[in-house]
Amino acid sequence: MSETLAGAAIECRDVTVRFSSDRGSVTALENVSLTLMEGGFLTLLGPSGCGKSTLLRVIADIVQPVAGAVSVLGQPPAGARRDRQIGFVFQDAALLPWRNALDNVRLPLEVGGRRGLPAGSPGPEALLDLVGLSGWEKALPHELSGGMRQRVAIARALLGGPRILLMDEPFGALDEITRDRLNEELLRIWRDTGTTIVFVTHSIYEAAFLGQHVLMLAARPGRVRELVPVDLPEPRHLSVRETPRFVALAAHLRAVLETC
Amino acid sequence: MSVTIASASPRDAGPAAGDDLDAAWHATQRRLRLRRRIMPLAGGAGLLFIWWALIAVFHVRPFIAPSPEVVAVTVYQKFGILMANLLPTAIEAVCGFLLGNLTAIVIATAFVHRKTLEEAFFPIAVLINSIPVVAKAPILILLLGNGLAPKIAIAAIVCFFPTLVNMVRGLEAVSPQAMELMHVLSASKREIFVKLRLPTSVPYLFSALKIAASTSVVGAIVGEWIGSQEGIGALIIQATYNFDSALLYATVLCGSCFSVLFFLTIRLIERVAVSWQPDTGH
Ligand SMILES: Nc1ncnc2c1ncn2[C@@H]1O[C@H](COP(=O)(O)OP(=O)(O)O)[C@@H](O)[C@H]1O
Ligand SMILES: [Mg+2]
Repeated sequence: MSETLAGAAIECRDVTVRFSSDRGSVTALENVSLTLMEGGFLTLLGPSGCGKSTLLRVIADIVQPVAGAVSVLGQPPAGARRDRQIGFVFQDAALLPWRNALDNVRLPLEVGGRRGLPAGSPGPEALLDLVGLSGWEKALPHELSGGMRQRVAIARALLGGPRILLMDEPFGALDEITRDRLNEELLRIWRDTGTTIVFVTHSIYEAAFLGQHVLMLAARPGRVRELVPVDLPEPRHLSVRETPRFVALAAHLRAVLETC
Repeated sequence: MSVTIASASPRDAGPAAGDDLDAAWHATQRRLRLRRRIMPLAGGAGLLFIWWALIAVFHVRPFIAPSPEVVAVTVYQKFGILMANLLPTAIEAVCGFLLGNLTAIVIATAFVHRKTLEEAFFPIAVLINSIPVVAKAPILILLLGNGLAPKIAIAAIVCFFPTLVNMVRGLEAVSPQAMELMHVLSASKREIFVKLRLPTSVPYLFSALKIAASTSVVGAIVGEWIGSQEGIGALIIQATYNFDSALLYATVLCGSCFSVLFFLTIRLIERVAVSWQPDTGH
């Protein structure tokens, strides 16, 4: 992936999204622009209802903007989706309850006219191992804890080696200890795979700990409030959260969030 | 922030100190299971005794109601007649069950693929579904006349509506996130149907099939009430006209046993088909 490191993975120009229902129309996003370089890790932070999920869905070609331009790896989102360049992790894991962990990870191979894995790309077993679940291949979703289910969802999203990983509050429903552990592991996976990641959260600490940049959104209508660069020593460990630099950053994010 | 500590799986659960507690817990569970088996038997025996006592104490005459031991003797003596009449009823019920449910599944599939069809006909199906079986059956008998085929048709139609309603609900009970996942994976409509909608609908289908197992028997019996020479329904009418209460009770017992067996068979298949579901506790 190093040869395209200079390129932009995701570019949004003045993206506006409106939802119309019986009760009128909601402007979920208004003139949102962002550029994310390949290999980057961007966190989206903002109050609930500010359009974070909508922005991810626009990039993944689930929602169509009414105005603006979106480019993913140099092509429209639909093209990137069809090329399997996008992996998506949902808040509730969205595992199929009748499939065991391994078969859930394998799902992308069975749909979308997909043949085998690209050469050299890790298989389902290797990915379960990567997310720390070797030995749990045969377990059904209801036999796994919430954290383990999210690990399976991450492994599934990584299958086929997508260059972009979109994560919508993936750890939002987890306890803090599990969340901390998964945060650290996600950074390891990001470093190991070189995948570009956009990560939605409403936790200030998660946003600051994970992202190289934090994009702050304001609500009603959803718009960009501030792009905050994160300057922390790499590789990051949880202990970085006690450093003065991190504390100051979190205080800044909190101050901005109060005005969103 | 709300922190719900993810439940540790039993595997992670604790040190050896828990073993004694575990053993005690399992023993209690075994006792409870045994109780659940035995108590209904005790209850049934009690009711049988009350039945017997009422007949004996009030000197109820045999053509009004038989005492339990007379029914038992009748079942034994007339076993051949009972089975000869159960066979056509069973054939009607099972054929009707298969025909009605298969049609319902096919039409539910069509509904999910063609929304206009569903919008036009699904509300009507829900309406017809709310009419009780005993009210629907006579109408169908008038429409379909005598013979084996009409009874199969009645049993089929009686099964059809609950399954159609449940199957449509099941096929549409897919979570929005799962649909979005399929979209991100560029899955085709057919793949979404086979890999997502169909498995999602299976538990819904089976709760309808369990209802259908009993109602198909009711449909067949009600169908036999008018102008039929054989079958459980015909035997019920005959016994009633002859004031042969013992035969009437024996016939009803025979039909009920078949109905229960049919239900249990479906439940057994359900256990295998939806073994992936977490235990709901019953
Ligand atoms: N499918 C939809 N239909 C109608 N309104 C929607 C839909 N999705 C999101 N919205 C609205 O758009 C706004 C932004 O939603 P969302 O992107 O989910 O916010 P966030 O993820 O930041 O909480 C909200 O006001 C929400 O009600
Ligand atoms: Mg959201």
